[in-house]
Amino acid sequence: MSLYVIEIRVTPRRGLLDPQGKAIQHALDSLGFAGVGEVRAGKLLVIELEADSPDEAAARTTRMCEKLLANPVTEDFAIEVARDAVGPEAAT
Amino acid sequence: MRAVVVTFPGSNCDYDCLQVLRKVMGIDTSFIWHRERELGDPDLVVLPGGFSYGDYLRAGAIARFSPIVEAVKRYAGRGGIVLGICNGFQILCEAGLLPGALRRNDSLKFRSLDAHVRVETTDTAFTRAYRRGQVLRIPIAHAEGNYIADPATLERLEADGRVVFRYTTREGARGEGGNPNGSANDIAGIVNAAGNVLGLMPHPERAAEGVLGSTDGLGMFESLVAHCARERVA
Repeated sequence: MSLYVIEIRVTPRRGLLDPQGKAIQHALDSLGFAGVGEVRAGKLLVIELEADSPDEAAARTTRMCEKLLANPVTEDFAIEVARDAVGPEAAT
Repeated sequence: MRAVVVTFPGSNCDYDCLQVLRKVMGIDTSFIWHRERELGDPDLVVLPGGFSYGDYLRAGAIARFSPIVEAVKRYAGRGGIVLGICNGFQILCEAGLLPGALRRNDSLKFRSLDAHVRVETTDTAFTRAYRRGQVLRIPIAHAEGNYIADPATLERLEADGRVVFRYTTREGARGEGGNPNGSANDIAGIVNAAGNVLGLMPHPERAAEGVLGSTDGLGMFESLVAHCARERVA
């Protein structure tokens, strides 16, 4: 078993109006930042997970996203798995 | 008739619902804590408004895994009447008892105001006491009431007459000025396909006594009492 640090990005589904992202886009625009296109605001979840392999960690995290962490009607998610730098196998 | 009001950690309209059901309508009503696993055998289950679990992650996303929600699902599956108000509506959507989802208001603001909603159908256990097209003045108070569903679901809701309440102007017109949160098709409340589970963002329990400034929400509770009386006879 290794400890994995998993980053999960949950973002408003593409094509759905994201009022928060739009407000941020307007704010950037009014501050004079040129060339800003669509902005979407989501959330970043960082989870520590004990698993046998990166694949298993990713598979279990996917199930977490489908069941709880992302709303399938309105949100997309992306998963990135990294071995914890201070985890049990970091020294090997 | 017996009603239960489910209390989640963070519910804050549970006493308002109790007041209307027990004091105004004279219904035998009790609270049930979200950790319970059985509802008993009520005629009506209310999921009240509030901020269950602080709205962490998404409104209703964590409450849907409370033990009592499994009992609510079984009860709804048997045809039991379930009313979800505001956060209760959000929980029903997260739990899959109603389709779609409630997103952040398009204004990004918490909207607390008297909304006008039009009764789109009286062919439900929840709205028989109203007139079709009647415009009700009922308070809303939410930051996530922006209803959305995929286009096919929206089409089905409309075609099947399951959009029960729609935001309008005071005069009952759709369009500019009526919709406080940007919801698709100006939807304020929907019912499931079987007709026994209804969710809405406005708070009928806050418009059920003269002292509250509006009694337009009372019709929903009168409808439910009449419905349950008829079920008992049948």
